[in-house]
Amino acid sequence: MNVDLIFKIAGIGILISVFHIILKQADKEEQAQMLTLAGVVVVLIMVVQLINELYNMVRSVFRLF
Amino acid sequence: MEILQIVGLGLLVAVLAVLLREERPEIAPFLALGFGIMIFIVILGKMGAIIMVFRDLTRRAHIDELYLTTLLKILGIAYVTEFGAQICRDAGEGTIANKIEVAGKVLILILALPIFAAILEVIVRLLP
Repeated sequence: MNVDLIFKIAGIGILISVFHIILKQADKEEQAQMLTLAGVVVVLIMVVQLINELYNMVRSVFRLF
Repeated sequence: MEILQIVGLGLLVAVLAVLLREERPEIAPFLALGFGIMIFIVILGKMGAIIMVFRDLTRRAHIDELYLTTLLKILGIAYVTEFGAQICRDAGEGTIANKIEVAGKVLILILALPIFAAILEVIVRLLP
């Protein structure tokens, strides 16, 4: 039950929304968009690794080759 | 017990997802996906034990191994299909969810064909 991944994703999401607002105040709109994109990519990488682990487990439990 | 942890975590993740949905709508689905996968892994751990018992029972009852493996494959496909379809529907993509479900049904049907053939064969042999 490794719970830390969930909190990592939530933390990244909140951080990005805060930075997005800050950058928007400093009227650097493009960098805000870039930051959001980067955040989504980081979260995607983490989730894809989790999916890989899930598929390996399903494959082993259900012999789904 | 196990269920208390799961329910507690589920509520927590639900609140985080709501918080994230109006702030960052593109990261909220990841949260639900991450939690879903984690619970799936925990459940699969438990499923392994159940499957071991079934395997032992079929061996003791001298039933052909093919039927159990096909049954397990169908179960696996059903689980994964439902999981993927639900996540897509959560993210608001109903059409993708339906396509995943159709694909899952077809794959299950393909897997079930040998058993259909076996049943028909038995029936034909029974008829005079």
